[in-house]
Amino acid sequence: MTPRAGGGVPRVGVMALQGDVREHAAVLSKLGAEPVPIRRPMDAVGLDALVLPGGESTTISMLLDSSGLADELAKMVDDHLPMLGTCAGMILLASEVLGGRPDQRCYGAIDVSVRRNAFGRQLESFEADLAVRGLDEPMHAVFIRAPVVEQAGPSVEVLASVWVPGREDAGGRPVVCVQGPVIVASFHPELTGDGRLHELLLRNLEEG
Amino acid sequence: MNIEKGRATGTARVKRGLAEMLRGGVIMDVVNAEQAKIAEDSGAVAVMALERVPADIRRDGGVARMSDPALIEGIQEAVTVPVMAKARIGHFAEAQLLEAMRVDYIDESEVLTPADEAHHIDKWVFQVPFVCGATNLGEALRRISEGAAMIRSKGEAGTGNVVEAVRHLRSIIGDIRKIATADSAERYAWAKQLQAPIDLVEEVAATGSLPVPLFCAGGLATPADASLVMQLGAEAVFVGSGIFKSDDPARRARAIVEATAHFDDPEILVKVSKGLGQAMVGSEIASLEVKMAERGW
Repeated sequence: MTPRAGGGVPRVGVMALQGDVREHAAVLSKLGAEPVPIRRPMDAVGLDALVLPGGESTTISMLLDSSGLADELAKMVDDHLPMLGTCAGMILLASEVLGGRPDQRCYGAIDVSVRRNAFGRQLESFEADLAVRGLDEPMHAVFIRAPVVEQAGPSVEVLASVWVPGREDAGGRPVVCVQGPVIVASFHPELTGDGRLHELLLRNLEEG
Repeated sequence: MNIEKGRATGTARVKRGLAEMLRGGVIMDVVNAEQAKIAEDSGAVAVMALERVPADIRRDGGVARMSDPALIEGIQEAVTVPVMAKARIGHFAEAQLLEAMRVDYIDESEVLTPADEAHHIDKWVFQVPFVCGATNLGEALRRISEGAAMIRSKGEAGTGNVVEAVRHLRSIIGDIRKIATADSAERYAWAKQLQAPIDLVEEVAATGSLPVPLFCAGGLATPADASLVMQLGAEAVFVGSGIFKSDDPARRARAIVEATAHFDDPEILVKVSKGLGQAMVGSEIASLEVKMAERGW
């Protein structure tokens, strides 16, 4: 259980317009938080944190606009609500998207420029053990048509990187980044039920 | 900073992972790049490349095959979302071509004319993931045992009639519910009855769900159809002829995307269903000469 400053169980919104919402909700429940599926603006009240799941970023971006949740999300970013975005969620939280659709929106919660489908098509999707700074054991990371960070701003901390085939930089490209209360990952910890990034999110609540 | 270790591609988890990411979305049949653009503009999570939409296959008859590779490449260049493509049942050479073209998913589909009357493709030997149709749980588990990473109901493609998709979904989900409460002796009887491997029956019993995502396909034509099958337990929908055989494909596609995301919200369904123009005409199942759902073994 993660005790809240004001007492009670933390309410963590999970943007539930499309994607692997259920897996995120399961991880949050396991950690003692209350997952709240968000589909309409009226759902987005009294949240302590927000998770943006994996899915198709172009579709979610469109559904955010049509549902009226785009404004809510922009407000939550302005309010520095703690957030975790995985894969499509990382794209939506970034400050710039490369290789996306021209009408695709991102909300600038974290100062990174991400490239969509950076590894290529599904045949290049992979799983691997990933060393993440601050974690004792590696995370088993599943990358599905995953994005990577092309450029991270000065206040962004890079927690993990992977090698991108065909790119020469020896250090690889960032795939887990943190800036203040916002965490983004290119892969899907929720698919393997690894709750350590969600735990980090909940720890931000206690400290915030 | 360390780089990752033990990178593995084409694993079951990676194959099923893409299916998980498509949940709550709409996968649209397209025959060319122009339709693919309309689909992506409307919010499709993926597009399915095929030679002719099922309604046209029914009308024109003849042998339906994998699309021309040039058309598939045109579609791949036109959109940024995943591109799936259909291969004939048992036609592993078509599947090899599609893998070489790096499509994101292969649909071993009863909508095309089957190439083998006894065997489905051994899908484990491929790196690219496969989706297969099923009319009941036995068929679904046999396809999963052959390596399918996603199951969809077959429905009756090209009819604009959702009744068969509903039958298949109810059959699959109903039997899963029964197996979840069966005792160990009953589970052996289920395996025999379903002609499915016991280990997959055990997995269904333990988890109360299919080992791979269950999507719905076949005969969906309206936003309310999408809502219906999502409420019945489908995790995403395929729409074929229903979009490009309607009056206003772009608007209908968009409406079905909204309806799938907000499937349990009748107010939104009313809003998106208004003034969409004529849906595809559709057919009664009893009037059909060919029942595509009967293809596959």
